[in-house]
Amino acid sequence: MNKIELNNITVRYGTNTVLEHFNLTVEPGQILGIVGPSGCGKTTVVRAICGFIDPQEGTVSINGNIMYDRAKRINVSPEKRNVGVVFQDYAVWPHLTVYDNTAYPLKKHGVPKDQIRPQVEEALRLVNMSSYHNYMPSQLSGGQQQRVAIARALTSSKDLLIMDEPITNLDAKLREQMLVEIRLMQEQLGTTIIYITHDQEAAMQLCDKIVIMQNDGSIAQIGTDEEIISNPANRFVFSFVGVSNFLPVIKQDGKVYLDYDEKILLFDEVPAEYPAADRADIGIRPMDIVFDETSPVKAKIVSAVFFGNIYSYFIDIAGNEYRVQRITSGNEEDEKYVEGLEIGVRFLNCKYFDREVKN
Amino acid sequence: MTNKDFLKLEGKKSGISMDKIMTIFCYVALIAVVILPVFMIIYYTFWDGSKIDFEMFRSVLFQKENLRAMKNTLIIAVFATLFATLVGVFFAWLLGRSDIPMKGFMKFLFSIPFMIPPFLAAMSWDMMFSGRGGYVNKLLMSLFNLANAPLNINSIPGIIIIEVVYYFPFVYMQVVSALERMDPTLEESARIAGANQMYVIRKITLPLTVPAISSGVLLVLITSLSNYGIPSMVGYSKGIFTLPTMIVELMNRSGGSFVGIRQAAALSIVLVIVVAIALVIQRRLLTHGRYDIIKGKSMRPMLIKLRGAKIPLLVFSLFFLTLIVIAPIVMILLVSFNRAYGLPFTMENFTVMHYVNVFTKNAMVKDSVKNSLFLAFSAGAICLVLGTMLAYVIYKVKPKGGTILEMLAVLPYSLPGTVMSIGCILAWSGAFFGISLYNTIWIILVAYIARYLSYVLKSSSAALQQVHPSLEEAARSCGASHYEALKDVTLPLIKPAMLSGFFLVFLPCMRELTTSILLYGPKSRTLGVAIYQLRINGQINQAAALSVITILLIIIMNNLVKYITRDRRKL
Repeated sequence: MNKIELNNITVRYGTNTVLEHFNLTVEPGQILGIVGPSGCGKTTVVRAICGFIDPQEGTVSINGNIMYDRAKRINVSPEKRNVGVVFQDYAVWPHLTVYDNTAYPLKKHGVPKDQIRPQVEEALRLVNMSSYHNYMPSQLSGGQQQRVAIARALTSSKDLLIMDEPITNLDAKLREQMLVEIRLMQEQLGTTIIYITHDQEAAMQLCDKIVIMQNDGSIAQIGTDEEIISNPANRFVFSFVGVSNFLPVIKQDGKVYLDYDEKILLFDEVPAEYPAADRADIGIRPMDIVFDETSPVKAKIVSAVFFGNIYSYFIDIAGNEYRVQRITSGNEEDEKYVEGLEIGVRFLNCKYFDREVKN
Repeated sequence: MTNKDFLKLEGKKSGISMDKIMTIFCYVALIAVVILPVFMIIYYTFWDGSKIDFEMFRSVLFQKENLRAMKNTLIIAVFATLFATLVGVFFAWLLGRSDIPMKGFMKFLFSIPFMIPPFLAAMSWDMMFSGRGGYVNKLLMSLFNLANAPLNINSIPGIIIIEVVYYFPFVYMQVVSALERMDPTLEESARIAGANQMYVIRKITLPLTVPAISSGVLLVLITSLSNYGIPSMVGYSKGIFTLPTMIVELMNRSGGSFVGIRQAAALSIVLVIVVAIALVIQRRLLTHGRYDIIKGKSMRPMLIKLRGAKIPLLVFSLFFLTLIVIAPIVMILLVSFNRAYGLPFTMENFTVMHYVNVFTKNAMVKDSVKNSLFLAFSAGAICLVLGTMLAYVIYKVKPKGGTILEMLAVLPYSLPGTVMSIGCILAWSGAFFGISLYNTIWIILVAYIARYLSYVLKSSSAALQQVHPSLEEAARSCGASHYEALKDVTLPLIKPAMLSGFFLVFLPCMRELTTSILLYGPKSRTLGVAIYQLRINGQINQAAALSVITILLIIIMNNLVKYITRDRRKL
C-alpha cells in the first residue's frame, strides 16, 4: 500500500513537450486508471514513476520518500524504487522458466533462499499459474505469459504495481477474465495499482478512480466511473468515454434552439448549466436520442442496422448525421423505424459544452 | 530509507556510468585497430618526412610493373566475376528451379569450397595443372600423346579459372535463396498469360533475382580484387603479379627501407581506390534494381521439368562439380601420402612419413599450429567481447556519433587484407607511444581483430535488436542494477549469436594467409604461412599433409558450430 505523488512534472523529448507541470496523487490501496488516446503521455507518466526517464522538472515521491527531485538532484535508480511493473509486451524473459522469472525479483532483493520458494508459489497461485513452474515462456499462450508478468511484478512489490496496457494484446474473453482476476488479487493484497490503458471500458470496469488524459498530456478529469459518465468535465471526456453526438444550439429569448440555418425549437427553458455564451453545443449519447412522433424536431432515418440486442440508426437532422441506438423491444415497433422514415426525435440527458471553434 | 540515503545514492551516481566507460573504450579500441593503420598508410604515401609529396604516389602509380599488376588485377577480377556469375546463376537455377535429381548431394558439394582456404585450392590446382609437372597434365599428355601440356594453370586464364571455381558458390548461395523465396505466383501468372518457359525465365525470373545476383557479383568482385592467395600460389613463379601480390612483393623488397615502405603504402592506396570504385558502381546498380517481391515467407516454387535434358544436365553437373570440388581435395590427399612430389601414385610410393615429419621434424609447423590456434581463439574471444560491446553501445546506448563507430568497425571488412596489414605494420612498429609489435604474434592479432570485428558486430547487433528494451527495464524494476540487468537478461539472450560470432571469426583466422604473410615473424608463423613456406621450399608433400590437417580442423570446427546452433533452435 503505497501513496504516490507526482508534482509539477515536465518531460520533453527534444522540442516535443509530452508532459507540462503534471500533478497526480494516487491514494494507497487504490486502483487508479490512467486513460487517454495513444500518444497522450500515459506511458511517460509511469516511466517517470519507475525511473526510466528523468523529467526536466518536478518531483516524484512514493510513500513520502522522494524518488526524484530535479531541483535537489535526487534520482533514485529504478531498481531501488520498489515498483512492480507489468509491461505491455509482458517482457517475460524468454530464457528463464516461469519459476525463475517469478523468483528473480526476490533474488535481487536479497530474500533468504528458504523464503523464495513459498513466495514464488504464492504469487503464481494468485495468478492461477501454479502448475506451470517449469515451463519456458515460449510454451505459454499470451494470456499465460501475462499472468507470469503479473506474478513477477507481485514478487517485485506487493505495495505498488504499475500495469501498462497489460491486457491489450489478449482476446476479448480473456481480457474480461483478467480484469476480474486483477480486481480479486488487489482485494486480497490491498496493492496500490496504476493501470494504464486506452480502453476506457476496461478502466471503468476495474478502477476505483480514473484519470483521463487529453492529447496535450494534461489531465481532463479525475473521478470515479460514475462521475466521469454523468459529469464529464469537458467535450473531450464526453467524446472519449463513448459514442457521442454533438449538436449546435443557441439561446434566444429564454429558449434553446437547434442552431441550424433554420432554427428549431428544442427547449422552452434555458437550463441552469447552459454556458455563458449564446451559442453552445449539446453532447448526447445515441441511447438518449429517442423517437417520438409528437416531437417538433424532425429527423429522417438514413440507415438502420440490427445488432441483436440493439438497433443502431443514422438519422439526418437538417443535413447533419447523428447516431441513435434503441434497445430491441421484440415487438412490431422494431419494424416500424425503417430507412427513409420521417420521424420526430426527443433529446434526453443533454450535456452542455462551449461551442468548439472549427478552423 | 530516509532522504539522506537518497542523496548518498545520488552522490554515487555522479561518477562515470558504465555506458560511458563502454563508449569510450569502444572509441579507443577502434582508433587503435582501425584509424591509426588507415591513417598511417595515407601519411606514409603523401608525407616524405618533411613535406607533402604527391610525386612518389604518381611515380608508383605509373611504374610499368605496377601498371601491369593493375591491369592483371582488373582483367582477373572482371573475367572471374563474369564467369563465376554465369556458373553460379546457372547452378542456382538448376538446383532452385528445375527437377534435376540428387539436389541434396550437389548442395553439399557447393558447401565444400567455403571450407577450403583459397590458397589451398590454388595449390591443389597447381599440382594438377602446372605446366608439364602437373599430375593431370601428365596424365592427359600420356593418354592422348600430346607434346605440350593441355592446360597451363600458371597464367592469367589459369588464375581466372581457379577464381571462378572458387567464387561461383558465393553467387550460387545468394541467388538460390532468392529463387527459393520468390513468390511462385509471379511466374505462374506469366505462364497463364501465355508466355512460354524460356520467356518466363528471361523476362520474369531473371529480372526478379537481379538484386541477389548483383550482391553476389559485388562479393566476388571485391574478393577477387583483394585476393592474395590464388595469384601468389600460381602466378608468382611466372612473375604474374596482381596489386595485392605486388604490394607484398614491394614490402619484401623494401627490407624495411623508408622508400620501399612508402611505395607499398602508395600501392595500397591504389588498391583501395580500385575496390572503392567497384563498390560505388555496384551500389549504383543495386539501387536500380530494388524489388520487394521476394518475400521472407518460404514458399514452394514451381519446378521446371527438364524432360530429355535431365540426364545430360545431371551428368554434366556431377562431372563439373567432381572436377572442381572433389578433385582438388583428392589431389592434396594423394600428394600428402606420396613419397615424393612427381612420383606416380602407386602402392609402393604410399607413405605416411610426411605427416610424421611435419610434426616431429619441423619446429616451424608445430609453432604454426600453436600460433594459429592461439590467434584464432584470442581473436575470436576479443572480437566477441569488443564486437558485442560495440553493438550494445551503437544500438542500446546510442551515443552521439554512434554511426561513426559503426562505420569504423565495418571499414576494415571492405579493405583488402593486404592493405590492412601494411597499415598495422606502419602503425605498430614504434610509430605510436613507442609500441613496436613488429615481428611478434601480437601484430597479427591486432590485424585479425580489425579484419573480423565486423562479423561479431553484425551477429551481435542483429540479436541485440531483437531484445526489446522492456526486457531490460523489467529487470531494473525487479531490483537489478544496470550491470545486473545486462548480465542476467541481455547477455544470456544474445549468447547464441555471440557464440556463432566467435566461430565466424575463429574459422577464417584458422586458415588466414593474406594478413599473416605480411606480418609473420620468425616465431609467429601461422598455419597458412607454414603451408606457403613449405611449398616455396619445395617440401610440397609436407605442405599437402599440413593442408589436409588444416582442412580437417576447419571441417571439425564447422560442424561444431552447426551442432551448437542447431541446439539453440530446439530451445
